[in-house]
Amino acid sequence: MNTTTGQTVERRQFDTLIIGAGGGGLRAALKLAEADLNVAVVSKVFPTRSHTVAAQGGMNAALANVLPDNWHWHMFDTVKGSDYLGDQDAIEYMCRAAPKAVYELEHFGVPFSRLDNGKIYQRAFGGQSQNFGGDQAARTCAAADRTGHAILHSLYQQNIRARTHFFDEYFAVDLLRDDEGHVLGAVVFNIHDGQIVVIEAKTTLIATGGAGQLFKTTTNALINTGDGMGMAMRAGIPLQDMEFFQFHPTGIAGRGMLITEGARGEGGYLVNGEGERLMERYAPKAKDLASRDVVSRAIAIEIREGRGCGPNKDYVLLKLDHLGEAVIQKRLPGIRQTCITFLGIDPVEEPIPVFPTAHYTMGGIPTNRHGQVVVPVKDTPEEPVAGLYAAGECACVSVHGGNRLGGNSLLDILVFGRAAANHIIAYLKENKYHRKLSDEELARVVENARRYDRPKADGESVAELRRELKQVMEEHCGVFRNKDVLKEGVDKVEALAQRVKNIRIDDQSATFNTAKVEAYELENLIAVAQATVNSAFAREESRGAHSRIDFPERDDKAWMRHSLYSFEQGLDYKPVRTKPISVESFPPKPRVY
Amino acid sequence: MRSRLSVIVVKRSYIMPEYVNNDPANLKWQCRRGMLELDLLLNNFIDNRVDTLTEDEKQVLLNLLTYPDQILLDLLLGNSVSSDHAIAALVDAIRSTRFTS
Ligand SMILES: Cc1cc2nc3c(=O)[nH]c(=O)nc-3n(C[C@H](O)[C@H](O)[C@H](O)COP(=O)(O)OP(=O)(O)OC[C@H]3O[C@@H](n4cnc5c(N)ncnc54)[C@H](O)[C@@H]3O)c2cc1C
Repeated sequence: MNTTTGQTVERRQFDTLIIGAGGGGLRAALKLAEADLNVAVVSKVFPTRSHTVAAQGGMNAALANVLPDNWHWHMFDTVKGSDYLGDQDAIEYMCRAAPKAVYELEHFGVPFSRLDNGKIYQRAFGGQSQNFGGDQAARTCAAADRTGHAILHSLYQQNIRARTHFFDEYFAVDLLRDDEGHVLGAVVFNIHDGQIVVIEAKTTLIATGGAGQLFKTTTNALINTGDGMGMAMRAGIPLQDMEFFQFHPTGIAGRGMLITEGARGEGGYLVNGEGERLMERYAPKAKDLASRDVVSRAIAIEIREGRGCGPNKDYVLLKLDHLGEAVIQKRLPGIRQTCITFLGIDPVEEPIPVFPTAHYTMGGIPTNRHGQVVVPVKDTPEEPVAGLYAAGECACVSVHGGNRLGGNSLLDILVFGRAAANHIIAYLKENKYHRKLSDEELARVVENARRYDRPKADGESVAELRRELKQVMEEHCGVFRNKDVLKEGVDKVEALAQRVKNIRIDDQSATFNTAKVEAYELENLIAVAQATVNSAFAREESRGAHSRIDFPERDDKAWMRHSLYSFEQGLDYKPVRTKPISVESFPPKPRVY
Repeated sequence: MRSRLSVIVVKRSYIMPEYVNNDPANLKWQCRRGMLELDLLLNNFIDNRVDTLTEDEKQVLLNLLTYPDQILLDLLLGNSVSSDHAIAALVDAIRSTRFTS
C-alpha cells in the first residue's frame, strides 16, 4: 500500500488482534486459537517478559481445600474490598468462574503447590473471610513463589501449540476505526527495524496491563506505561475510575520494589527524621500493623510536614536491625538480599529507607463482563464499541472498584481474558467479513505513526519529561490528596501535556530505536495522568485507595458512581452496577477489618 | 545465605530469536523485562558498561538475556549461581555495578 509519504506499508488481516501478551492476552488468544480462529498477538517485549511474570503471591479461588469456602463468600469479600464501587454482576461472574480458571491452568501445566492429600494448596491473604466477614479464609492458590511466571510460561507454550501468530517486539501505536465507530485493528511498528504494519482485524482486544510508571516510586516494570489506555483515549474512549490507584506503604525509597508486610509482622517499625516511632501517633493500637492505607498516609504526612529522613527529607526508615541477624536471615532473607543488592544496605545493621510505592491500576478502559468496551451514548451509560474488547489490568470491568484484593488480579485477567474470547467467538459467527478500512483512515493513522520519524533540531527531551511527570504524579496524585495538592497536579500535568507535543527525538536509526518507543510511551503516560489527576481532583470523598484529607468519609449518596474521563467530554459519571446476576446485592456498609 | 543457594545449570540459552544480536540498542531493548528488579539491574549495567564490553562478553550478555525472568532474578539477587563460569562472572559484574541513578 502507498501512503501520502510514498512509502510502502505492510498490511495483514486476522480474525482477532490481541494487543498484549500477559496473562490476560494469552488466555484470550488460546481460547480463540483453539476455536480455529486466526489470531495475532502483538507484544512490545517477548511474551514471557510481560509483567504477569512478576506476580508471586498467587490467585484466588474458593476451592475450600484448606478451610471451608464458597464463591459467595469470595464475592462478599471482593465487593467489600472494592469499597462498594465494584460492579456486582462482574464480581459474581468472576468468583463463580474462579475454580474453573484454576483447574484450566492445572490442565495447561501450571505446577500448583499441593497439600499432602494431593489437592491444591491454598494460603490465607488479607481481606479473605469465611461466612461473609467471619473467620479468616484460605483462598489463594500458588505455584510456590512464582505463580505469575508459571502461568505466563504455560499459556505461552499452549499458544505456540495452538498456532497463535505472535508479533514479538512490535509496538502498537493506535487503533483503526471507521466512520461508524467500529474498531478495525491497529497500526503497529516492528521495534527491530522500524517498519510499520497495519493489522486489520474483525475484533481487537486490548490487554496491555497497568500504568505504574505514572509514579516515581512504583513496583511496576518499565514496560507498564498504560499504552492501551492511551490508545483508547486517543480513539475517543473514556477511562474509568482512574483515581483509584493502589499504593503499598513500604517500597524501597527511590527504587520502588516492595518490602512485604512480613517485615513489620516480624517486629519491624517505622521511624521519622526525628527518630520517633511515627505509627504510634496515627494508630496507637495497631501501630505498624495498621492497614495499608493508614500506614501509607502516615508516611506521606510525616514527609510533607518536614519530618522525613535523609538529605532531602523524602523518606522514612524501616528499622529491622533490633531483630538480630538470626531472625532476619531466617524469616526475611529475601528482603535482606534485595536491600543489599539495590541499596548496598544490610538491614541487619542499618534501617531501610521506605516510601509508599504505586502497585496496581484499578481503573482502566470500561468494559462489561463480556470484555466488550462500553461507552456512554446519549442516555445509555454502557453502549458496546463494535469490535473492541479489553481485559486485564488495562480494563475496568469493574471487579476491583476502589481497591483490589491481593490475589484477585491474576484471577481477573484469566477470567475476563477467557470471557472476552467467548464473546468474540460468538460475535465472529455473526460478523464474518472484514469491514472496509478507508484510505483516509489508513493514511491518517500511518502518518500519525510516523510522527517521530522526522529529525527535529530542538524540542523537549523525552527522558526529562517522563522524569518530571513521575515526580508531579507522586507529589500531587499520590497517597496524600487534598484540593490544593490535586489542583496544582491538574495544572502541572496539563502543562506537561502541552510540552509533550514538542518532543525531540535525537536517535533516527531504524533498528531498535528505543527513543521512539519511549516517546510513544510518554504520550500514553501523559494521557493516563490527565485522566487520573482530573478524576481524583473531582472526587470529593474517601473511598478505597482514593483518600482525601479534606473529605475523609465515604459519601455513598453523592459518589457511589464510576468516574469517566475523556479528552472530548472531560469528566462524566455512570452508576455502579449493584445488581448481581443471581444473588441478592450486598448493600454498602462501613468497611472495617 | 548459603543455605538458600542453588546451582543453576544452564548451558544453552532458552530461546534465541534470530533477530537478537550484539548491537547495543538491541541489547538495551532485551533489558526491558517483566520485573522492576531486572529492569533496574540490567539497565544500570548496560548504561554504564556496554561500551567497555568485548564482543565475547556481549555474546555472554546476550545469552544471559535469553533466560526466563524468574531465573534471571534468582541469579541476579544471588539466590543461585550459574554453573557456566562466563555467565557467573557476568552476573557478578552486573551485581557489582554501582547504581548511577
Ligand atoms: C510485583 C507485583 C506482584 C504482583 N503479585 C500479584 C499476585 O501475587 N497476585 C495477583 O493476583 N496479582 C499480582 N499482581 C498484579 C498482576 O500481576 C497484574 O495485574 C497482572 O499480571 C496484569 O496482567 P495483564 O495480562 O493485564 O498485563 P501484563 O502482564 O502487564 O501484560 C501486558 C502486555 O501488554 C504488552 N504491551 C503493552 N503495551 C504495548 C504496546 N504499546 N504495544 C504492544 N504490546 C504492548 C506487553 O508487552 C505485555 O505483553 C502483582 C503485581 C506486581 C507489580
